[in-house]
Amino acid sequence: MSIPTDRKYCETHEWFAGEDNTITMGISQFAADELTDITYVELPEIGKVVSVGDVVGEVESVKATSEIFSAVDGEIIEVNEALADHPELINDDAFDKGWIAKIKVSSTASLESLMDAEQYKTFMAGTH
Amino acid sequence: MAISSEFAAKRPATSSVRNAQLEEATGRGSMIPELQKKDHPLLFENGAPGLCATSLPTLDVPTTDIKAALPIETIRSTPTALPEVGELDVVRHYKRLSHRCFSVDENFYPLGSCTMKYNPRINERVAAMPGFAHIHPYQFESDVQGILELLYRLRCDLAEIAGLTEVTLQPAAGAHGEMTGLMIIEAYHVSRGENRTNVLAPDSAHGTNPASCACCGKSTVSIASMPDGRVDLSDLRSKVDENTAAMMITNPNTVGVFDDQIAEIAEIVHAKGALLYLDGANMNAILGITKPGDFGVDVMHYNTHKTFSTPHGGGGPGAGPVAVAEHLVKFLPKPQVVKHEDGTFGWDYHRHDSIGLVRSFYGQIGVLVRAYTYIRSLGRDGLRDVAEKAVLNANYLAARLKHRYKIPFPPPFAHEFIMVPEFESAGVTQHDIAKRLIDYGIHPPTMSWPIHHCLMVEPTETESLATLDHFVEAMLDIADEIENDPSIVKTAPHSMPVKRLDEVAANRNLNVRWQAES
Repeated sequence: MSIPTDRKYCETHEWFAGEDNTITMGISQFAADELTDITYVELPEIGKVVSVGDVVGEVESVKATSEIFSAVDGEIIEVNEALADHPELINDDAFDKGWIAKIKVSSTASLESLMDAEQYKTFMAGTH
Repeated sequence: MAISSEFAAKRPATSSVRNAQLEEATGRGSMIPELQKKDHPLLFENGAPGLCATSLPTLDVPTTDIKAALPIETIRSTPTALPEVGELDVVRHYKRLSHRCFSVDENFYPLGSCTMKYNPRINERVAAMPGFAHIHPYQFESDVQGILELLYRLRCDLAEIAGLTEVTLQPAAGAHGEMTGLMIIEAYHVSRGENRTNVLAPDSAHGTNPASCACCGKSTVSIASMPDGRVDLSDLRSKVDENTAAMMITNPNTVGVFDDQIAEIAEIVHAKGALLYLDGANMNAILGITKPGDFGVDVMHYNTHKTFSTPHGGGGPGAGPVAVAEHLVKFLPKPQVVKHEDGTFGWDYHRHDSIGLVRSFYGQIGVLVRAYTYIRSLGRDGLRDVAEKAVLNANYLAARLKHRYKIPFPPPFAHEFIMVPEFESAGVTQHDIAKRLIDYGIHPPTMSWPIHHCLMVEPTETESLATLDHFVEAMLDIADEIENDPSIVKTAPHSMPVKRLDEVAANRNLNVRWQAES
């Protein structure tokens, strides 16, 4: 499985990309594959202020429901509206078209402690 | 037929005895007419105008004008659309549907964590006795001494099995028992002037544990498990503190391992003033062998449908009796069934510290009668025998399957075990194997829980060696099939009226309402 190296990863399988004030987040392809077919995505409201560890939304599949957590402090400025009608975008392309939300942040410092692609690969191997 | 000839031909040869068993177990499909395999019409789609399944007697009371008796907005302007079918149509409709049921009365049902044990017929006979079946909760206590005595004896038996002091029979399900137990724990801490906000639970806990905590306003703190499935004591020590109200633990745990550190866990939890709650889901493995009260449990619930052979079904009715240690007795729900000094039985409402009523009236009486019947039919030795056979059967299956299926936790197991099929190279998952087992007349085991990609098998105590061997051979056959021609497994089941359901479409476009075609 190819893991993009341009972003950071959480133990709860979210990814965070972007260097300046706007961070894009989603869930990893590994998480999407584990959840199997995603049937519903609960998106956050635009303008919602989130902190590290807050629940941003929820992903529901035929198998399970899973919360999505933020790893940054900031404000939701955009959500992937296409997921409302096409939640399968996450299964098809979790790292790109299946992005979930964009968060405006004042600092990306909290991302530094997250895993990079190599570390996430090792982490995934350990969760099996 | 069950395993269609096309696929049966591809199945490796097995012993003739096994083939006969297989045909018997799966061959029922051949007797079902082709018509029935097709989409079976609903009652609403059956029948014709004017057909009726009942004939009403001649009216022998005065008639009343409905418009004078009821507010106008409550009266229909057009008749409701009821099905119009004859009695025989109704009987055939439900009889056909019943043939499609997959039940423990017909098939091996090794659904892990659920303890799908056989429900002895005597339970039904006793529950149907008029003295139990035709009574009403508003009757005078003096008129219903029989049921009161039964409930009193049941609560004493359950307390003895738990090794705890007293039991409430009110909760209507296991999860309801959890909530009741947590409310009792809360009442205990409040009575001591303490406000404790957290409940600890191992990461292998049943999902109902954190859900019950949330219902009771508590936060759940997850405790790590070690690779062998037991609680990681160092993680527990680092997380238990003065905010801990309780630890909820299932033992044997959900991965089928008895945590032999349980006395030490109890000590660690108690040292911080917290209580130990036992999720009694897996009591079937330890009945009569050890008592939760003896290993430090303060509160526990039973699932009568798992341990005491009351019916599983349709989400209820159920019963989740809760047992507590001496220091928690005064917080139990009221009313409590009691034996008076004169030897009669009645309800005690004078319990000032009680958390109150958790279920209307006195609980699911019909279910409790069945649980009592089971306990009394087996007696002390019989209950211990249940646990021993349940554990033996699970370990037998694990020992026979371990060469073909990865078993991630070390034996010995309690009454259930987990295996992880490793057939990724053939593109076969646990899901496919579960579907294929249906063709062998076996209900799929629990899947993908409590760990990824697993099958969780619980044979229960009531299965014969022949049935256990049939399961083993089916699993070994399926492993062969995967190696030789995985398409058989990937497209299973082949013997059912419906094959693979489109779960995604059902989830994305949920439609459970029938509407007449206009």
